[in-house]
Amino acid sequence: MTVTPAISKPNDTPQDNSIRERMNIVIVGHVDHGKSTLLGRLYADTGTLPTGKIEKIQAICKQQGKEFEYAFLFDAFLEEQQQGITIDTARTFFSWGGRQYIIIDAPGHKEFLKNMVSGAARAEAALLVIDALEGVRDQSKRHGLLLSMLGVKQVTVVVNKMDLVNYREDTFQAIEKEYREFLTQLNVIPQYVIPASAKQGINIIKSSQETPWYTGPSVLDSLAHFHLESKRAEQTLRLPIQDVYKFDARRILVGRITAGKLKIGDRLVFSPSNKSANIQTIEAFNLDPTPTQAEAGQSVGITLDEQIFVERGQIATHDDARPLVSTRIRANLFWLGGRPLETRRPYVLRLATREVPCEVATIHRIVDATNLDDRQTQTTVKRNEVADITLRTKSPIAFDLYAQFETTGRFVLVDEYDVAGGGIITELVQDDQEDFRTEARERDSAWVKGDVGAEDRAQHYGHRAAVVLLTGPDATAKGFLARKLETVLVAEGRHAYLLAPENLQRGLDADLVDTKPDEIIRRFGEVVRLLTDTGSLVISTTNALHEPTKHIVQTLQTLVNPIPVITIHMAKDLLGPQPDTDLIFAGPENFDDCTHQIIELLKSRGILAEPPSGRADFQYSI
Amino acid sequence: RLGPRTPPTVKICRPTCTGGDASMNHIRQLEDQSVYILREAYKNFDNLAMLWSMGKDSTVLLWLARKAFFGHVPFPLLHVDTSFKIPEMIEYRDRLAREWRLNLIVGQNKKALAEGMNHTKGRVECCTALKTQGLKQLLEEKGYTGVILGVRSDEDSTRAKERYFSPRDKNNEWDFRDQPPELWDQYKLSFPPGTHIRIHPLLDWTEINIWEYIKLENIPFLDHLYLDQGTGKRYRSLGCAPCTTPIDSTSKNVDEVIIELRNTKVAERAGRAQDEGRGMEQLRKDGYM
Ligand SMILES: Nc1nc2c(ncn2[C@@H]2O[C@H](COP(=O)(O)OP(=O)(O)O)[C@@H](O)[C@H]2O)c(=O)[nH]1
Repeated sequence: MTVTPAISKPNDTPQDNSIRERMNIVIVGHVDHGKSTLLGRLYADTGTLPTGKIEKIQAICKQQGKEFEYAFLFDAFLEEQQQGITIDTARTFFSWGGRQYIIIDAPGHKEFLKNMVSGAARAEAALLVIDALEGVRDQSKRHGLLLSMLGVKQVTVVVNKMDLVNYREDTFQAIEKEYREFLTQLNVIPQYVIPASAKQGINIIKSSQETPWYTGPSVLDSLAHFHLESKRAEQTLRLPIQDVYKFDARRILVGRITAGKLKIGDRLVFSPSNKSANIQTIEAFNLDPTPTQAEAGQSVGITLDEQIFVERGQIATHDDARPLVSTRIRANLFWLGGRPLETRRPYVLRLATREVPCEVATIHRIVDATNLDDRQTQTTVKRNEVADITLRTKSPIAFDLYAQFETTGRFVLVDEYDVAGGGIITELVQDDQEDFRTEARERDSAWVKGDVGAEDRAQHYGHRAAVVLLTGPDATAKGFLARKLETVLVAEGRHAYLLAPENLQRGLDADLVDTKPDEIIRRFGEVVRLLTDTGSLVISTTNALHEPTKHIVQTLQTLVNPIPVITIHMAKDLLGPQPDTDLIFAGPENFDDCTHQIIELLKSRGILAEPPSGRADFQYSI
Repeated sequence: RLGPRTPPTVKICRPTCTGGDASMNHIRQLEDQSVYILREAYKNFDNLAMLWSMGKDSTVLLWLARKAFFGHVPFPLLHVDTSFKIPEMIEYRDRLAREWRLNLIVGQNKKALAEGMNHTKGRVECCTALKTQGLKQLLEEKGYTGVILGVRSDEDSTRAKERYFSPRDKNNEWDFRDQPPELWDQYKLSFPPGTHIRIHPLLDWTEINIWEYIKLENIPFLDHLYLDQGTGKRYRSLGCAPCTTPIDSTSKNVDEVIIELRNTKVAERAGRAQDEGRGMEQLRKDGYM
């Protein structure tokens, strides 16, 4: 075993080896095509390994009667070394030419695809290794497809084990041609395709005579040609809100800017709530002077000039470039879950900082990674498959198309406790709320505000504005419970008001000659919106609204957004499937108890302060 | 005697405002990522704590918490005290706890100590009893569901395979064969009852990055131990007195430490005895930090 002596680095003198930037690179490819060997070689030949590392591994190999492999250098676990496979991604560091590289060795076994994905999702560029003898294999293609979905656009292909094909140019060219064609279908253009032998150290750190026909860079030199992504700051602003802090007198909104820039004085609009306010300060600890602007990549804290309702999951932007909003999105999804993805199973969608229950409405097709063909329509997506799907979220989300904004254009799906899949958004699918949403957005941005804000009212009244909507079939005592709830709340000193939809018929709706269900709901929603703007708790029923309950609830949510709509379902019995509501009562006898339960629910949702009219510890916005 | 006594007064600036130090861009990127992770942890875990060993890494972690929460540290700091720590470390711990108004909780495996546990009974055994078990007892007693730790990928090869949010089962064990996927800053935030999540905001930092940040932010550290005091020796990594040995070094300030590290080829934990052989893999699988 000969170890190439550490070549002298340009940074052997202390002045030269300071780091100016960092870059994450992932090494992917089919199992056994030589990823770990390439990595080990890169470290050994650049003299990056700690003293004694190679000797230590050589000693272990000798002890176990095995041949030394560069691949063993980074396989940490006993099991990995014994089986000679990489189970999980390892992150290793090395510095070269003013850059600090974090190199992620991703496993090539199909079984460990989720680990490969975890590694690649962090990377800015990829080295994809293909065995010259075996040629392009399943995982070579699957990894290529996943790289393109994960947003890794810079790829250099290493055709490894050239020693096994006697460094033949035609073998290399055949593989290069085949793989380039495959990548072209994914809109990926490899930066370089390099013939190499990791085991023999050919074209790894410098060009070698074995391949006189090859004039491109070595693997090491090719790294310098990967660019750091810096254009995100040039895009329009995206700041997904992560949290709202009130540790001291300041109410600080925090989050990481995923695109664009912001500065003090900017007017921000929050989606999907449509609330807006100006940036008053940018807060920071131990920075002097405090910043006046910030850009993509930074984790920031800002305060606003107005105490509007903002919560985690909303996306702050400038007014003229807002994100899309819908309850339906079309996406390309890769599934890593232990059990298959199914339509009509509950999942949680996480997009930037937003978390919302969702289900798969349609699975349009399964993409076969090995030939990029479509398989026919399926009702499930199995582990490690890629599919084109439409998702339906329980409430509207703000998002972007992946082609325009990376971070706000992708999401993960959580199945029970685990992140089980990832997707990129290809299309907005219009839902039946689109017109109402536009109306609410335009109405809110033209709204003339008084000096009393929602938070002032909440502090004063001891509760936030909210809507309590009683749903259910006729003759289930919805009206009775509604009246009782109003009475009890008012007796407690809350500003509650019962608005029966019937009350609009002869007045506001008197001009509606033919019954237009959507217009009736729209007007009702706008009246509720006005009442909630006074800070009131509005109680109502679905009586006289003549539309499916789900549609009424959604429309009301759209029109009063972001005021919460609490739904209480009054059922005749508990047989059969029940609607997805906040509370369900079936033929109740004790209405005092129902009222009590509703009030407790309002407290647990942070709508009613505790105790009644207890203003001191009431937290409106957190 | 323990690092700068006065509050930091250095003027530090982001590259985006005038006068920024562009050569520290990569450190600010790491800071932004760690701050994001800390805020995710704080938002999503009701019962959260941070481990603090007073070493350079967990002190940087503590500083990052102050960054993330604007000078506040909104969760308790746990110190698993083996009773074999270097005395200056305890003095430093108590001083910062006072000055930074920290909620410090000290845990100790009293039973093992009463039974006379120490490194002469075997280093891995001692670490298991006093640190792994000590930590486990503390976690059980307080019921923490999220524990923030300052481990870094470049410390040893098992840590190189960690996730930012890494689950531990009911027995505190790490199933490295089946780690959850982690993509695009979406971490594992939900978990079955009885288990907990280890959170690793410093995973992407290297030893050099830690020192660069200490310098950039002027973070008070145990300079008596980490810098050469004229004896030609300094500690590179701090643990228990009997199992940690200083290295030969004449670095007398942070700049010299950074230059030394850029040119060294000796592994950081070479002075930590329990890492020998497969010690670390077993220790970490069982719940060691
Ligand atoms: N002949 C030859 N063998 C190689 C080369 N690179 C790797 N190998 C061997 O291929 C096998 C798999 O390599 P490894 O790096 O573990 O592959 P990985 O699964 O992609 O990480 C090992 O036995 C290596 O010695 C090469 O360039 N030439």
